[in-house]
Amino acid sequence: MYDIIIIGAGPSGMTAALYALRANKKVLVLEALTYGGQIINTLRIDNYPAAPHISGVDFATNLYNQIMEMGCEFKFEKVVNIKDHTVITNENKYDGRAIIIATGATNKKLGLPLEDKFIGRGISYCATCDGNFYKGKVVAVNGGGNTAIEDAIYLSNICSKVYLIHRRDEFRASEVTVDELKNKENVEFILNSQITSLVGNDKLEKIIINNDRELVIDGLFVAIGQVPETNNFTNGLNLDESGYIVSDDMKTDIPGLYVCGDVRSKSLRQLTTAISDGAIAATCAINDINNKII
Amino acid sequence: MSKKIDKKEFDEVIKSEKVVLVDFYADWCGPCRMLGPIMDEISKEHDVYKINVDEEEELAASFGIMSIPCVVFFKEGKEVNRFVGLRSKTEILDMLK
Repeated sequence: MYDIIIIGAGPSGMTAALYALRANKKVLVLEALTYGGQIINTLRIDNYPAAPHISGVDFATNLYNQIMEMGCEFKFEKVVNIKDHTVITNENKYDGRAIIIATGATNKKLGLPLEDKFIGRGISYCATCDGNFYKGKVVAVNGGGNTAIEDAIYLSNICSKVYLIHRRDEFRASEVTVDELKNKENVEFILNSQITSLVGNDKLEKIIINNDRELVIDGLFVAIGQVPETNNFTNGLNLDESGYIVSDDMKTDIPGLYVCGDVRSKSLRQLTTAISDGAIAATCAINDINNKII
Repeated sequence: MSKKIDKKEFDEVIKSEKVVLVDFYADWCGPCRMLGPIMDEISKEHDVYKINVDEEEELAASFGIMSIPCVVFFKEGKEVNRFVGLRSKTEILDMLK
């Protein structure tokens, strides 16, 4: 029996582990892939107070080493279900007095046929990771948020031509970044438009827009938002309209079950808020255990 | 440990009758840095090599590498499988079965 089981080892989950370990609780962290979560895709973090320019990988590795030095138990297993106080993974079952869900979010896909086939063969979800493979080539970016606009700006400095495809004519992205993109000579905006199909043999060659216009491109960068990683274990939990878990001070509707980080319904998803969530979720769990509420 | 190789060594190692894994990576790529230790684990049971795409641009391009990390499986000089992006050790071992 563990005191606290944490599902997901991104910044939020690992911070929850840090607080739980400092309260001398027996902690298990379960992670399906690798520690770090989405922050590992960030080359340089510039909005985390007092640690300017740190890379996402270094941030994640420092935090991982910190909790491991404190005696954290860490297992690479995928959680498939939660039943009462039991967490069921693809390999084992674990009992915990408190369970913290910190599974994060993942990039939303277009949901078009051939999309999976073309990942790494013309379709990418990370401009800073893959942009260099498209040096001097023609690419399209899909989306209208900050990530899409920043990706398009980044790519306009590498590629010969960048199309920005967005389903509306207004942007969620900040005005400053949109203006910066509008000033780029090699960028063409295709607004009120949706990608309706992907065409190619071994790799992506063309995209069709609004079932009508054909665009020959070398690469497509998808930045249309994110979806929560709630998998199958949201039974009985209150979700918002986008599927994120609703909580009150990190407590879900089910006693002993807490949530933190990007998978939680909230207004701002950043490293700073992920860390903050993790600290609060662990503290709530610690208090509930100490007060024998759970 | 997975062994870093260049184009010349690459041409030789992929001829193996056993399945050989080649990890195309770059130092600046976060997911590649996270996959590194996982590939080192895999290398205890299988032949694993790595190619730095910045140093071997032409080789990477000739295999159509457009996203990294990309791990290509070779047998007798031919590509038999590949995956793009982070995978767990279990998932990679399953692909080798």
